[in-house]
Amino acid sequence: MILFELKNLVKHFGGLAAVQNVSFQVEKGEIFGLIGPNGSGKTTIFNCISNYFPVTSGSIHFNGQDITGLKTNKICKAGIGRTFQVVKPLGRLSVLDNVIAAAFSKAKNKKEAHDIAMETLEFCGLMHRKDIIAKSLPIGERKRLEITRSMATRPELLLLDETAAGLTPTEVDVAIDLIKKIRDSGVTIIIVEHIMKVIMTISDRIHAINFGQTIAHGTPKEVSNHKAVIEAYLGEEYAHS
Amino acid sequence: MKKFIPLIILIVLCLFPVVIQNAYYQHLMILVFIWVAIGSGWNVIAGFTGQVSFGDAAFFGTGAYTAGLLAHHFHISAWWGMAFGGFAAMAVAFPFGWICFRLRGPYFALASLALNEVCRHIATIAEPLTQGMVGILIMPTFLSKIPYYYIALALAVLSVVFVQFVMKSKWGYYFLSIREDQDAAESMGIDTHKYKMVSLNIAAFLTGMAGALFMNYMGFIDPEVVFSLHDISIMAILVGIIGGVGTIYGPAVGALVMVAVHEFFRTGFFGLFKGLAAMTGSDAMISVAKTISHAHVLGFGILVVLVILYLPNGIVGDWDKLVGKIIPFKKKEAAS
Ligand SMILES: Nc1ncnc2c1ncn2[C@@H]1O[C@H](COP(=O)(O)OP(=O)(O)OP(=O)(O)O)[C@@H](O)[C@H]1O
Ligand SMILES: [Mg+2]
Repeated sequence: MILFELKNLVKHFGGLAAVQNVSFQVEKGEIFGLIGPNGSGKTTIFNCISNYFPVTSGSIHFNGQDITGLKTNKICKAGIGRTFQVVKPLGRLSVLDNVIAAAFSKAKNKKEAHDIAMETLEFCGLMHRKDIIAKSLPIGERKRLEITRSMATRPELLLLDETAAGLTPTEVDVAIDLIKKIRDSGVTIIIVEHIMKVIMTISDRIHAINFGQTIAHGTPKEVSNHKAVIEAYLGEEYAHS
Repeated sequence: MKKFIPLIILIVLCLFPVVIQNAYYQHLMILVFIWVAIGSGWNVIAGFTGQVSFGDAAFFGTGAYTAGLLAHHFHISAWWGMAFGGFAAMAVAFPFGWICFRLRGPYFALASLALNEVCRHIATIAEPLTQGMVGILIMPTFLSKIPYYYIALALAVLSVVFVQFVMKSKWGYYFLSIREDQDAAESMGIDTHKYKMVSLNIAAFLTGMAGALFMNYMGFIDPEVVFSLHDISIMAILVGIIGGVGTIYGPAVGALVMVAVHEFFRTGFFGLFKGLAAMTGSDAMISVAKTISHAHVLGFGILVVLVILYLPNGIVGDWDKLVGKIIPFKKKEAAS
């Protein structure tokens, strides 16, 4: 079953075409990798999906409905959670309060919000930090807080933007486990990641872009052997050799 | 023990007019209570929601004029203004917020400043309705200050309790999320525009009620008094900052300090300079005594600089730090 679909997405910033005609479909229950070199438009695609800014043209479909132009908070309410590449903790609130605030999106009352928050903190392995002020968390845990918070909104689809960047190798392994655990709990995931180890081991399918255009899509193996992808990442010389 | 402090303070305040029968001190306390309500309102939108308002007088004046005009034109008790004043202020806040909250950044602050001035001009120009600069005079209901004292106290207590209640609810979490990061808030499913509106309307309601009480108590208002930028809007900010932005009891402490400081300057340091002038007979002292009452804005400025430098979270927000500074041994005790 197709849960999510991007149709001919175009986004221009003035004269800059950041995303040019990108289309893809995401199956329910899969981990869908979105890769591309720096500045290729990955975050912009996420921002278009959550309507952080309006799309230039194209449409976005979720659960069979056209959600293009829906307000950001409505996108979340519809069931699409997201994390930010540049983390956005609610700095002066405790970790628990960060998560409670998010949990209210599905909870009927404060008690329910609190319960959802505690459950999500446990699930994401941040329980031991619940009373800490969010801005005093180290970067690895801030990234985890991003995930925890978006999970507390009980999404069907989760957009993860470089949640493993800047982590130590051990932390990366923990992050991979968490992402798999989230998928196993029934949440579909679109993940943007530069660390090849992460993206190649956990993605079911991968979509590669460069300069805002699709250059390849398929299984991790197909994409990593694709000439255009190697060119984009390593330069033309490597592709020819 | 700490839990009982608000209760003890409340009992003391209830007994205050019985013990202190001096009308002057009762008057000052009534002003403090009015400022607690205004400060609590300002704190909701600026302190907790992060949308700094420079135009609280717009809501205060609207509340005051609602009470005054009801009495003046319809000859019904100005106390009805307590009910309608809050809603009238919301009627001003609603369209204003609806438009201004679409913009981010300093626009809200700037626009609220403009709203303040627009309201003042309307009240001045619309003479058939408001009598312009002549102002509105109503007959006071009570001769004694005591009824006003308890009404004002009730308003202050209700404001603080209401804000505390709101801040523990979903709204409170949403306000804080908006203050901390609007993008994150939106992505967490929070309709930031809607909840900024909710927050502003709470602020407007409390401030409007305070305005209506002010009309009833003072018996006279004019546009310069109730729509005053520095005596109402800026004072509201000072009450918030000095007490502690984004704390429940901050506005109460800020109101007490600010009314005291205001009075300190208005009376020339409680008559100190007048006394010195009379004693020394020096011309310099006489002119200081004459001008010092106009220097309260300067005094406010110095106070704000000191608070921002040494107590950036206000008296309530930095209470532990303050106690540590005044009683150094307590600090050492805590450290060891
Ligand atoms: N708000 C914006 N205004 C103007 N230009 C933007 C904006 N956001 C992104 N861009 C531009 O769009 C292009 C794509 O940026 P984007 O952030 O989507 O890349 P990315 O693939 O996420 O890169 P990275 O891997 O470095 O995170 C870049 O050229 C960037 O400068
Ligand atoms: Mg990016």
